[in-house]
Amino acid sequence: MSWDDKLLKQAKKIIKLYPQKRSALGPLLHLAQSKDGYISDDSITVISELVGITEVQVKSVSTFYSMYKQEPTGKYLLSVCKSISCEINNSSEVINKVQEFTGLNNNETDEEELFTFEAVECIGACGGAPAVQVNYETVEGVTPENAINLCKWLKETKPDVVVADEMQENFGGIKSFDWAIQDNSGATSTAPGFQTLKTTKVKK
Amino acid sequence: MKETILLTKHMRDNPEDSHLIDSYEKNNGYTTAKKTILESSPEKILEEIKASNIRGRGGAGFPTGVKWGFLAEDEDRYLVINADESEPGTFKDRILLERDPHQLIEGIIITCFSANIKEAFIYIRGEYAKPARRVQQAVEQAYQKGYLGKNIFGSEINLDIVVHLGAGAYICGEETALLNSLEGRRGEPRLKPPYFPAVKGLYMKPTLVNNVETISSVPWIIENGGEEYNKLGVEGSTGTRIFSLSGHVNNPGNYEIEMGSSFGEFVETLGGGIRNNKKVKAYIPGGASAPWFRGDQLDIKMTIDDVANNNSMLGSGAVVMMDEDTNLVSAAKSIVSFFAHESCGQCTPCREGTTWLEMILDRIASGRGRTSDMNLLLDVCDNISPGLSWPPKMTTICPLGPSAVSPITSLMNDFRDEVESLIPTKVLL
Repeated sequence: MSWDDKLLKQAKKIIKLYPQKRSALGPLLHLAQSKDGYISDDSITVISELVGITEVQVKSVSTFYSMYKQEPTGKYLLSVCKSISCEINNSSEVINKVQEFTGLNNNETDEEELFTFEAVECIGACGGAPAVQVNYETVEGVTPENAINLCKWLKETKPDVVVADEMQENFGGIKSFDWAIQDNSGATSTAPGFQTLKTTKVKK
Repeated sequence: MKETILLTKHMRDNPEDSHLIDSYEKNNGYTTAKKTILESSPEKILEEIKASNIRGRGGAGFPTGVKWGFLAEDEDRYLVINADESEPGTFKDRILLERDPHQLIEGIIITCFSANIKEAFIYIRGEYAKPARRVQQAVEQAYQKGYLGKNIFGSEINLDIVVHLGAGAYICGEETALLNSLEGRRGEPRLKPPYFPAVKGLYMKPTLVNNVETISSVPWIIENGGEEYNKLGVEGSTGTRIFSLSGHVNNPGNYEIEMGSSFGEFVETLGGGIRNNKKVKAYIPGGASAPWFRGDQLDIKMTIDDVANNNSMLGSGAVVMMDEDTNLVSAAKSIVSFFAHESCGQCTPCREGTTWLEMILDRIASGRGRTSDMNLLLDVCDNISPGLSWPPKMTTICPLGPSAVSPITSLMNDFRDEVESLIPTKVLL
């Protein structure tokens, strides 16, 4: 198995949360994504053994969901929303600028593996259109100009943790609602910055 | 027009720390759950929910009390909170998850007590990483206090909550697709019948699937009584509801209001009017799946039944305003592309139809349309939803396919000239 002991321990904890092992498949794929930046063949083998289903079944699920990437991603996944509220608030220009800056087409990763770009469907930030996510951390009210500034900043400072509040303050504008609560948490990979790990559930 | 503040009260009163258990408890949080567990009965709670006449806030608007009443008997039953909010235009559950997760947990405790459920799941869409972190933290705090886990509030009752993250599939907002996803499968909707969640849900066990906003309303209803809740709003659309307003308005945002005012009044007062004093060309009354209304229909009342009587739906409460300069063909294309991307692929009319609609609209929008495309669009729509009526007739397992038809019928009924104007006249095909 190519997952180290620490990761396997996390995986086993996740599996214990559910009445049936297979329910852990989604969270384990997120775990694999956080390890490699995509769902590698190795991870598929490990997960199939952990959950007790075939590799094809794991692959079939992993290819259904858009957040499980089938190819390696860059350090930063740039997701620009193109759904209705963003579309009528000029998201196409934001998309153009990000593509210009990174030189990437949809779902492409650059050679340095710094950026992966994707135009995505609604991310629930319609009041703050147009909206962008970096590694699933949301920035709202992003002008085309600030989209470039955001990319430049990522390229120059290469933060290890991507924090929504920080990006919003420097590159954001109008918001869907008052965020109110100060928050320094964020994402460290192209998997969402969330793992079902610290649960205190008491198993029967 | 003013907001009526029930669900968003705690977060407004305590903006900086409303997500923490200390702040929630200082403002009487968890007292209703505790009282319920120690002094009430499951039947009493169900009665209050029925008396409140609250209808589900996810989109379908099904009476919540009736739904709970359908739950079949079984030793293992589950509650699944649908936090897979992804209907374009909607961001109301996000604020409830981010800024008042304990209100949701308290609602879950009361709901599970009433329905005799020992295990609940909160299925949060994968793109809501920050909201998921807040909810997870809140769940952990509730465990530490003994409000979750074994013998909650010192009673004989056990309750576990697991926060589960989705992975980017709109279709998982459909309850049976969500259950498949939670079981570690592709998010493909199940046939109803036989797979009604209340009878054969998660792991084929009876399962309640409720929206975040619905369950977040439960503590207020139990604390103040179903009758009090029923007094708010209008008959058929009781209580308050959080509307997500976006598009070309001065003040987009979430607004908690009693249902019954008109869309026009809502936009003019709370929404601050349309940007640059423009006129409304069209608007979406309830999320991307809903047929549009024209700018001269702003006097329609914001209730489930009024909107339905005008051949659309209040859906998830997402109101999107499009001003007079909006290119409606591009807007429709955006919505159709959404459904084409999110189709799970099980049913041919949806899988193929949405893709065709996207291609035809794309060529019209880019000035390469043919005169025959007008009828072709409607023909493809008719194959997805025969008769193009409302509510839509179905050729598919779930309503996703017919949802893609909505913006096109709106275009063709009310803005046909705008579509035709994009088709070069010399093309004779």
